[in-house]
Amino acid sequence: MSEAIQVVGLYVRDQDEAHDFYVGKLGFRVHTDQRNGDYRWLTVQHPDQPSFQLGLFRPQPPVHDAATAQALNELVAKGAMPPLVMAVDDCRATYELLCSRGVEFTQEPIARYGNVDANFRDPSGNGWKIIEQGA
Amino acid sequence: MATERSASATPTTKRQDPLLLRRLLRAKDRIDVASHEDWPVRRLAAVSGVSETHFAHMFRQAFGLPPHRYLLTRRIERATALLRDTDHPVTDIAFDTGWNSLGTFGRTFRDVTGESPGAFRERARGAAQGLDRVPACFLSAACRPDLIIAVSEKRRQGRNDKPCGSQAMEPL
Repeated sequence: MSEAIQVVGLYVRDQDEAHDFYVGKLGFRVHTDQRNGDYRWLTVQHPDQPSFQLGLFRPQPPVHDAATAQALNELVAKGAMPPLVMAVDDCRATYELLCSRGVEFTQEPIARYGNVDANFRDPSGNGWKIIEQGA
Repeated sequence: MATERSASATPTTKRQDPLLLRRLLRAKDRIDVASHEDWPVRRLAAVSGVSETHFAHMFRQAFGLPPHRYLLTRRIERATALLRDTDHPVTDIAFDTGWNSLGTFGRTFRDVTGESPGAFRERARGAAQGLDRVPACFLSAACRPDLIIAVSEKRRQGRNDKPCGSQAMEPL
């Protein structure tokens, strides 16, 4: 497969904090971590999905002016960014594992409509849903 | 009108510290996951780690509506989902979503959505088709009432120009 979605980015308030969360707690791997002065291109990957990178980007000057960067940080912290969904094999097991690593869950696993789902947030405020389908 | 602006404080334009917002979001998340529970300001302020005196103002500034009204929108959202997707009696739904009486629930539901719970249930069942590929909570959120004014105000307006329609389901 040569044509596909390669990178989708999230805004995070602090890239060190995001790295610790996505790599240290969720178990993602670093794909690229390149700096150019104050700018840092950081992407991570789900271990079972090597063709896709999740970018962890900080809204910052000069890409954005300071007021825009501040507004974006506020929006993320208010949970206003779009939903993120991850498929898991066993929602309750993943929930237990991530809880033990200190992930902030906003909804415990609930079985509904043949699925089990739970919600958590990253430290910046991005909201994730994990779904186990056909449970 | 311009002179009144400082008093009513247009909420979206003022800067708020992202770290504070993240803590306010925690209180909003707690309402989301347990909207049937009581959420006095004291409890919400404790979740956010801010003073009781400032909580309601900061919450409103961040999310555009006061916490008690946000709680109300979540309860109505949940009630509409239960009315549409389950066969639970309306009385059970009223108590399950946090109301203390069927009368208050029915009156508030009507004030907010423009229909009685029973009428909404009948209409929604006829309309829902092919939405099963959207994760349930996102679908439910899309049906949340957009309560930009207080319910008492909405009730007053509704008396003046009825019928006020069914804003809750229209966006779908």
